[in-house]
Amino acid sequence: MASVAKEWREIPGRYNLEGSKCPCCGKVYFPKRNMCPVCRRESIGKMENYDLCRKGTVYSYSIVYDAPDFADKLKPYAVAMVETDDGVRISSQLVDVDINEVRIGMRVSAVLRKISSDGPGGIIRYGFKFVPEE
Amino acid sequence: MRDVAVIGVGVTKFGELWNKSFREIGIEAGIKAIADANLTGAEVDGVFVGNMSAGRFVNQQHIDALIADYSGLSTNNVPAVRVEAGGASGGVAFRQAVMAVASGMHDVVLAAGAEKMTDLDDVSGNAILDSTADAEWEASMGVTFPSLHAMIANRMIHDGIATREEIASFAVNSHAHGALNPNAQFRKAVPIETVLRSGPVASPLGVFDCAPISDGAAAVVICPLEKAKEYTDSYVKVSAVCQASDTLALFQREDITTYGATVAASRRAYEIAGIGPSDISVAEVHDNYTVSGIMALQDLGFFERGKAGKAVLEGQVALGNKLAINTSGGLKARGHPIGATGVAQIVELAEQLRGSADKRQVENAKYGLAQSVGGMGSAVTVSILEAI
Repeated sequence: MASVAKEWREIPGRYNLEGSKCPCCGKVYFPKRNMCPVCRRESIGKMENYDLCRKGTVYSYSIVYDAPDFADKLKPYAVAMVETDDGVRISSQLVDVDINEVRIGMRVSAVLRKISSDGPGGIIRYGFKFVPEE
Repeated sequence: MRDVAVIGVGVTKFGELWNKSFREIGIEAGIKAIADANLTGAEVDGVFVGNMSAGRFVNQQHIDALIADYSGLSTNNVPAVRVEAGGASGGVAFRQAVMAVASGMHDVVLAAGAEKMTDLDDVSGNAILDSTADAEWEASMGVTFPSLHAMIANRMIHDGIATREEIASFAVNSHAHGALNPNAQFRKAVPIETVLRSGPVASPLGVFDCAPISDGAAAVVICPLEKAKEYTDSYVKVSAVCQASDTLALFQREDITTYGATVAASRRAYEIAGIGPSDISVAEVHDNYTVSGIMALQDLGFFERGKAGKAVLEGQVALGNKLAINTSGGLKARGHPIGATGVAQIVELAEQLRGSADKRQVENAKYGLAQSVGGMGSAVTVSILEAI
């Protein structure tokens, strides 16, 4: 079982889609980075927290039939690489959707859902998934 | 820097080797390579072993010491190093070995790779593969390793770079060649319908788009080129061995239909070898999924973007053509014991370039190329070997 700390410290990214913005070049990264890979030492200690836009477009997708243990009950389920409206890409599951209707270019928005749990006695991990935009 | 030669090769059968343990397969390949180089073993002064995850597959860490011990090299106190770079572990181990000899630090080095995957159940094994992508932001969100490749495939299809049939045809080519390789896991040619109709893993990819779970090991012995003749008459020159990196997560790439690390490593390798893609007669590319193979042919410069799939579907990369791809059967048919794969590619190239590839022999091959990929193209090695 993972420690609580391992999950706790990732909460800003998992719940709020908090990434980092480089104050030098303006580029936004997700997940967080302590340094902009382009500006390097110019950016060290200056990276700003930046909450990604929760709406975006499916850049690519797949329907998963061979699932990991924690998602076994969900299969088949959709995963997508989503380009948020601020131009940052992230990958996650796409839920509340007919898996036959998933398309590149479809509009989606982020929601908070249960991702997995560490067995009956362990912690429950929450995080972002995407649903078709209302 | 000294030029380096491959003077001996060894490989085990790849597949579900239920009656063999990790340590047995690990040393079998090394013993064969040392015998093939006409050595006693006493000449070996360094060992590099590519291995992705013995710690999780067989609960054994520190496998560098294990291999040195069971291959009888610890009695000489030979230094052994385990190398991990996801699916590129074998390719990177080979590169580390070549650098050790080229630099003059070592003279006769064993570069090996081994993985024992079938001691673990499939679901646990797949979770290990998933962890070679970004474990925190891809795998743990339910985005599996096959689904990442499937997303590349869907984007390729959407952008008109390759069709589903063209992508599937890569497995047809690999299986046709695997049928000719006595050490391959699958020795049966398959028609494209079999690939297209195979059970779904992560759409659009099915079971036949994916390399299998395998056990196996491969090893090569290398030494300075100028000393190769002292040991054997059949050796090949290592003309280049380059490595490049990229982001760990696929979603952080500008373009997911190309691996920048393959492009970077191959361009450098061609430059160092003083040749271009058209000089290559035989290449082993990392087709852990069919779509990876199609991408490799474009990124390595063999075909223009959008042309590789058509060429594979038309049979242009089968044995008998100007360029033969994955004559060993590739990862798909020869099998993919992760850490062994990158070294097994070097074994196949050496066999081809010294003319000992039997039914798979490419005639008059001068240059061979191997591409080994870790994770989603986050680590790539490209090696060019030359016939002497």
